[in-house]
Amino acid sequence: MRPYWRPAANSSGSALGAVPAASGSERAGLVESIRPSLQAAGPVRLAMGLVVAAALVAAGYRMIYGLGAATHLSDAWPWGLWKILGVVAGIPLAAGAFVVAAWVHVFRHHGYESLARPAVLAGFIGYLTAIASLFVDIGQPHRIWHPIVMWQPHSVLFEVCWCVILYTTVLALEFSPVAFEKLGWQRAGRIVQHFIAPIAGAGATLCVLHQSSLGSLFLIAPSRMSPMWYTPWLPLIFFVSSVAAGLAVLQLLAWVADRVYGQPVAESIRAGLARGLTGVLVLYLAVRLGDWSLRGTGPWRTSWGLEGALAWAELVMGIVLPLALLLAAGVRAGGQEWRVAAAAFTAAGVLLHRLDTGLTSMREAAWLPYVPSAIEWLVMAGMVCAGILAYDWVARRLPLFEHGREAAR
Amino acid sequence: MAVSQPERVVGRRRLLRWGAALAGAAAARAATGAAGRTARAASVVDGQAWAMLVDITQCVGCRSCVFACQEENGWKGDPEGQQLDGERWTAVREVAVKGSEEPRFVRTECFHCLQPSCADACIVGALRKTAEGPVVYDAGKCIGCRYCMIACPFQVPRYQWDQTFPLVAKCDFCADRIAAGKQPACSEACPTGATLFGRRDELVEQARARLASEPDRYVQHIYGLEEAGGTSWLFITDVPFEQLGFARVGTTPPPQRTRAWMQRVPAIAVGIAGLLAAAHVIEGRGGNHA
Ligand code: SF4
Ligand code: SF4
Repeated sequence: MRPYWRPAANSSGSALGAVPAASGSERAGLVESIRPSLQAAGPVRLAMGLVVAAALVAAGYRMIYGLGAATHLSDAWPWGLWKILGVVAGIPLAAGAFVVAAWVHVFRHHGYESLARPAVLAGFIGYLTAIASLFVDIGQPHRIWHPIVMWQPHSVLFEVCWCVILYTTVLALEFSPVAFEKLGWQRAGRIVQHFIAPIAGAGATLCVLHQSSLGSLFLIAPSRMSPMWYTPWLPLIFFVSSVAAGLAVLQLLAWVADRVYGQPVAESIRAGLARGLTGVLVLYLAVRLGDWSLRGTGPWRTSWGLEGALAWAELVMGIVLPLALLLAAGVRAGGQEWRVAAAAFTAAGVLLHRLDTGLTSMREAAWLPYVPSAIEWLVMAGMVCAGILAYDWVARRLPLFEHGREAAR
Repeated sequence: MAVSQPERVVGRRRLLRWGAALAGAAAARAATGAAGRTARAASVVDGQAWAMLVDITQCVGCRSCVFACQEENGWKGDPEGQQLDGERWTAVREVAVKGSEEPRFVRTECFHCLQPSCADACIVGALRKTAEGPVVYDAGKCIGCRYCMIACPFQVPRYQWDQTFPLVAKCDFCADRIAAGKQPACSEACPTGATLFGRRDELVEQARARLASEPDRYVQHIYGLEEAGGTSWLFITDVPFEQLGFARVGTTPPPQRTRAWMQRVPAIAVGIAGLLAAAHVIEGRGGNHA
């Protein structure tokens, strides 16, 4: 068995025989230099594995004893952590995949190709995680296939469900050439490559639909939600914020590729991501401010309470601060740290907005409090860890990063 | 064939009536806009569908309706409970009222909306408004996503949290009994007539008559006449509805908001796909770039 810490760059690169000697030895040197940090990451992986194992036990408990025993969900809180954090907040974090796939294959910005594989892999794992989250959350998990045959075209959830099924298939297709490359199935890989533009285009279309529809889900519940977050603009806000979160996660993935896998991403790409995020954040800011002022609400209109504080945090921590960091990154040396920080704040801000929309805003209407149970947290943490471990596992075995290098060369 | 004079007059009158009806319908449609087009099972003639009138002034809090409901459906939950739950599809809440010695007793259960949010939300179509009036639930379809619980403006649907594979629980207006020509168990059991079963338009008349007969006593509002687009259950009271815990839901049927979105989805899909295809072609002309 391979040592758990050995990076794929070493083995799969040579296994493919595609890496020229010079860059190979260069890479070996790099690997030597980051080996200590990889070794240090060993216990982290182990710990994550333990969390996954514990989460599996917890999920088993939920499957045997039911939602009531395992969660703190109630008639007052029919949707909790698994639905809101695992699906409504989780899916925008995976939006980077459609953004970069469309940018590279539809808009033909092939310079970003080196980011496409990590992004698509992360997206694929993200969607599988969301589906897993849904699976433990619904009361009749064995009927999860029902929407495929029982159609209800007025239901926003039905539309989201179909888009997610189809888009997960698209992601699998988009990623398949990497697996084919590893397996040496050149022909299969070429066939997919031949149709990659329409595939990426279909994927982007599905994403525009369901990213916005995740917001439309809540349009049916106006009387249940706080006006701070209930707005007819929910679909627009959800779509714009998903692109922001997607770009932010791409920047974080680029950072991980460098720091964890020793595969630095070209400065032009990181700068491009930062430019893109700046533009989208400006748009997002305009949409949020416009929505609040047109409806005569907004954090500045409410007294300081939990709602006001959280809305301020969304605005300042999630939009204004990252914008400031990005602008600072543009004029300073060593801007990459600033960009990564901006990305982290952006992602956190979008996450917070989703939690507020799905949970905080329903506080008034609920007659009971809701604090997620230990099992809910554990299962959630297990899914996040499983996603990270899966990404790591694939990254160390499949040609995730080399491809772009070759294309760019 | 010659047509006699009176008949011709009748014919002309009928024509006029038709004309007036058509004009009225057109005006109503123009006035309601999208509302007229949305969210209604084609076969539901709301006025003729079955409905219920609850006169809160007449309820003495005996909970006969709750007992009858639980017996009808085979549940064993505590009938005294103030809240709905998986085994209590209707509950009677005791509400203390300012400036009155007597408390009020308020029945809650599914309102059987004319344009039910739960049915539009349901991902698999497990909930459905029938032409007879009840909003019924097909337990065999339900996946347990609980979107119906989020969507219901009155927060009615409950979940069997104590079950491993729980189902949604809510009043079904005794749809089986209605189909068999009987009235629901609760209205049959009500000793005071506080819960009255009948055709919706007749009950609306009845309610209006009661409000008019004692204008000083009754709050001049029929809850359910227009709330959330109208419901099959109607309520009248002598204490403001807000004080009794009735939700403020507005008159717009909530499904109208999601339907407006769902109607746009195909156009958005085609538009985005078209834009992407155009971009692909245009970008192709410039050759590859970073
Ligand atoms: S009251 Fe709620 S559960 Fe009953 S029909 Fe209306 S939306 Fe559905
Ligand atoms: S919980 Fe069941 S009835 Fe309610 S929306 Fe989901 S599938 Fe439909």
